[in-house]
Amino acid sequence: MNDKTMTEEDVVHRLVDGMTIGIGGWGSRRKPMSVVRAILRSELRDLTVVSFGGPDVGMLCAAGKVRTVIFAFVSLEVIALEPYFRRARERGEITVRELDEGMMVLGLQAAAWRVPFLPTRAGLGTDLFRLDPTLRTVTSPYPAAGGQLEELVAVPALELDAAVVHVNRADRQGNGQLLDADPFFDQLFLGAARDRYLTCDALIEPTELLAEGDFRTLAVSRHLVDGVVSAPGGAHPTSCEPSHPRDIAFLREYAGSAGQDDGWETFRSRWLDVGPESAYQQKVAAP
Amino acid sequence: MTPDTSTAAAAVPSSAGEGPRRGDVCAAALAEVFRGDGEIIANPIGALPKVGARLARATFAPLLLLIDRDAFFVGTDGDIEGWNPYRRMFDVVWSGRRHVVMGAGQLDRYGNQNLSAIGADPARPTRQLLGFRGAPGNTINHPTSYWIPRHSPRVLVERVDVVCGIGYDRAAALGPVAARFHEIRRVVTDLAVLDFATPDHRMRLASVHPGVSVADVVAATGFELAIGPDVPTTPVPDDETVALLNRLDPDGTRHAEVRQ
Repeated sequence: MNDKTMTEEDVVHRLVDGMTIGIGGWGSRRKPMSVVRAILRSELRDLTVVSFGGPDVGMLCAAGKVRTVIFAFVSLEVIALEPYFRRARERGEITVRELDEGMMVLGLQAAAWRVPFLPTRAGLGTDLFRLDPTLRTVTSPYPAAGGQLEELVAVPALELDAAVVHVNRADRQGNGQLLDADPFFDQLFLGAARDRYLTCDALIEPTELLAEGDFRTLAVSRHLVDGVVSAPGGAHPTSCEPSHPRDIAFLREYAGSAGQDDGWETFRSRWLDVGPESAYQQKVAAP
Repeated sequence: MTPDTSTAAAAVPSSAGEGPRRGDVCAAALAEVFRGDGEIIANPIGALPKVGARLARATFAPLLLLIDRDAFFVGTDGDIEGWNPYRRMFDVVWSGRRHVVMGAGQLDRYGNQNLSAIGADPARPTRQLLGFRGAPGNTINHPTSYWIPRHSPRVLVERVDVVCGIGYDRAAALGPVAARFHEIRRVVTDLAVLDFATPDHRMRLASVHPGVSVADVVAATGFELAIGPDVPTTPVPDDETVALLNRLDPDGTRHAEVRQ
């Protein structure tokens, strides 16, 4: 068996300053936060982050790890606006590339399919073209009804240096299982990336994969994965259903800290500087 | 509007003492945006639009599919009738078989919507909002309505800072082929119902909610509205409809979202 298990620190050691990193999950759901926390503890910097963004983006911004965010939204969901992302934007600390959500899906899909762009109607007439002067349209070679050649947005491939996603269960080879109601875009993130990392609530034997859930839950296959991290509770404070919901009290404390002087430092020393992931999980279990 | 027993509007609030509240009126107005949509996906965003869509489904629009809960199509009782994870949502959006009710940080007279950021400098907004979300894809692909819980000149503005969802002037500039699926159906606010039934698709005051004057709406709007000689009052839901709303929204979320 090709054993791909590693630690969060191993993942971070393979990341390099300036990389473009895709982060799976959606808003405050099933984010690979244990790897995000390892990045927060590291010396990494100048990252470009691609994410259906939640506290992953906010914490990386707060810690000064981010140069550019490529996003369609950043939200804690239970709190509409991500406080540290918002602060970084309003202070002009980061640059951004904004996209429509569907364009983001197509950009990841284009990278996964190794084509330079995919066409869509989404984005026509909007200020996305003003904000991103590199964005282009493409003219259909096929006449529409009435003979006109339709102009569409050419969404460029969103090629990722690395991607990390969190799943409920995985084996050591990188087969991942999602017991959640929504797989989000995790397969696309893995498909669009050169280096692919999976974190999981439960590391199991391959023979145990179908002990929970049917074959439809086998969302990630091992050819899409280079490293597997056992990370029980690794999505906290975001949800990992059915294991745990999002930790709303924690997210409120996190969001509230952004409104205080030295709020990030206080939050960071209380929750993040306690040590490695195991220490964080102990702290969450017994604060 | 065609009278319909299921949504029959009484001329005055019921005499039961309390009568319909502003949240009931807004919920009924938000239900109306889906009238005639048929078997499509109703995707209301926000508490009151969700109640409105439930009311439409429970009364005059039984064929609607409701996205009222993440990843699932559900009935008004919450029973799951289909699976619709986010990745499938784009199949729905791009097929056109959807009507979304979005919010707006800013909205202008042609229905251009800003969800992304307030301020003139895109590199350093004075207020970062959510982002473009799905607004570009929604507005170019299928009917869109807006719910504005607090009608004010800061939201209904002369010019939006960032165009995320496109309005009628932008759609017209794209030409009839590119914009053939564009439709901004209606704007419901806590004060009024607005639409674009004017020759050049400028926003028009369609009705004012009970207790609200035309002057109130004009004062709360940051651009000149098209206003006809006789502005009707938004229909008030009858007792039966209010009772139904109480069943569909037992926690009264519709009342928490608007000023009384």
